[in-house]
Amino acid sequence: MAVGCIYGLVALGFVLIYKATELVNFAQGDLLMLGAFVCYMAVVWWGLDYWLAFLIAVVTIAAFGALLDVVVLRRVIGQPQFAVVMLTIGLGSIFRTFASVTWGSEIYTLTTPFGGVWQLGGITISHQYLSIIVGTLVLCGALYAFFNFTRIGVAMQATSQNQLAAYYMGIPVKRIFSLIWAISAGVATAAGVLLAPVTLIDINMGLAVALKAFAAAVLGGFGSIPGALLGGIIIGLIELFSGATLPDGFKDTMPYIVLLIVLAVRPQGLFGKLGRKKV
Amino acid sequence: MRFVFKTSYNQDIQLFRDKVDMGWYVALAIGVLALPFLLSSYSVGETSWVFIYGICGVSLMTLVGYTGLVSLGHAAFLGIGAYAHAYFLERGVPWIGSVALAVIITTACGFVVGLPALRMSGIYLAIATLSFAVIIQEVFSRWESVTHGFAGMPVGPPVIFGVSFADAREFYYLCLFFLVIVLWVTRNLLRAPTGRAWIAIRDSEIAAQSMGVHLALYKSMAFAYSAGVMGLAGALFAHKIAYLAPDIFTILLSIQFLLLVIVGGLGSLHGAVLGAIFVALLPPAIAILRDSVPDTLADLSTSTGIGLFHIVGDALGGFFKKPGVEAGVFGLILVLVILLEPFGMYGRWLKIRLFFSTFPLYKRDSFKRQKSYMKTERLR
Repeated sequence: MAVGCIYGLVALGFVLIYKATELVNFAQGDLLMLGAFVCYMAVVWWGLDYWLAFLIAVVTIAAFGALLDVVVLRRVIGQPQFAVVMLTIGLGSIFRTFASVTWGSEIYTLTTPFGGVWQLGGITISHQYLSIIVGTLVLCGALYAFFNFTRIGVAMQATSQNQLAAYYMGIPVKRIFSLIWAISAGVATAAGVLLAPVTLIDINMGLAVALKAFAAAVLGGFGSIPGALLGGIIIGLIELFSGATLPDGFKDTMPYIVLLIVLAVRPQGLFGKLGRKKV
Repeated sequence: MRFVFKTSYNQDIQLFRDKVDMGWYVALAIGVLALPFLLSSYSVGETSWVFIYGICGVSLMTLVGYTGLVSLGHAAFLGIGAYAHAYFLERGVPWIGSVALAVIITTACGFVVGLPALRMSGIYLAIATLSFAVIIQEVFSRWESVTHGFAGMPVGPPVIFGVSFADAREFYYLCLFFLVIVLWVTRNLLRAPTGRAWIAIRDSEIAAQSMGVHLALYKSMAFAYSAGVMGLAGALFAHKIAYLAPDIFTILLSIQFLLLVIVGGLGSLHGAVLGAIFVALLPPAIAILRDSVPDTLADLSTSTGIGLFHIVGDALGGFFKKPGVEAGVFGLILVLVILLEPFGMYGRWLKIRLFFSTFPLYKRDSFKRQKSYMKTERLR
């Protein structure tokens, strides 16, 4: 469940960017990894408080996401989707190399203030997992409020629906795009920091999560925010139950098998909209 | 600048544009045939990678570059081809028969994967092929009676009609032969109605459909053909690496193939071969930068007494010795190519050629693309 929430959060990052800019960001997982490393650096090397480090990591990576948009990704808007996918894959591998050169390929552990466990009618939930679930809920609530009740949020919705029309209405589309990238990178960082105590921090932590999260986003229908979260939770649950009940080896493949079946039946995902292009 | 005066419609689709063009290709063929006698045995071995990657590149180029279907799972087809070939060889099937069976099996797999892919496009297709690849990789490691799992599967040198191709030079010619065959068949397919239907699907599905192209048929045909060619590449790949293990055929390999077609130039067979040269020769180049160049620079520094060479050499060697740098270099090149030269190496070559053939009159805008606005791909 908790891991599913992480998948959901990363998938949310995918969907945010996709909805707004039609770019598919394969580097999302690597942003998550960078975020976790920045937080680790702040906590362990500089000896800062966990919450302060969390904030620093989110802000740093969000700024980095915006920078990425301005420097690189703005140039490829309008190119075929495939080129952009490859571009972000390339960016992701640059980030991984950067991380391995800067922080080395060791595995780090991040200590968190969530140490204890919580008893609930015979079920024991550790605070770490609880922190992930609560963090996801808080983030989703905040994003929901942001998109529905603030001027910028509504402008973002308008941009994602029709870029040209939004531009005519005086919405600064370019700035909105950068902001979307920043938010998405921030969400990825939050997911990374929440995930860090569970999977430990190393340079490849993002890749595995990103692939599953990507499956989650597609499962929910790319472009649907509740779909992404639900898809993440479904993938997480499938992984959990197939790991527990099915023979060895199904834990990692079962999400993909389910995904293939879903796509074969509903090519647009569970909540996706499918339209026919007009000529 | 040469102008070809066309007197018949067939001239539009002939294999070579004119006699001069043909002359260049003959020269290239002679050069490639003579190459093993000029290089060391190690370099010949590295060069046969170019041909194997070239076959992979042609496979993916037909699918991605010509039909416009993205596959993030082509390493799985390569793996199926390699394992099938190795399995049949182990059972004592003669080499030619084993390769044929491997190609048939991968073609069938490609067809089956292509079927659900018909309804998907863009990102959904990418993730579906990716899922397929992940599942197949798990199958490779679990189906131990056939693949021997992580214990690995040794593959001997190819023996065709009693002739062994164990030597690097002999294997070079074998790979070259298959690359030429694949290029020739693909080129012929592409200038035939099949290839035109593929290109039409790439450019606009709806337009193709209304011109009478059977989308389902041609898309699954593209998938099957691409997978079959990949299977052939897999058979050669198995001999080249000599020891099959499931963790070779990962998504990173699939991404490397995509890198190949993009860096080479989407939508041209030349691009597939150029990309293969790039992808196959970059790792040795990085190895040289890591090992030989710092030493050479250090020698230069001691002989000339200039300390700068030493510092540069150490920095280079130190940087490239870090783990994972190779992937980063690949990534950086990928990013730069997509940003600066979307048509890849072949596109750049076309520009250079035009520059010289029209020498003082070259206009930069000849290749300028129409300004593109964001076109939604949500609707298809």
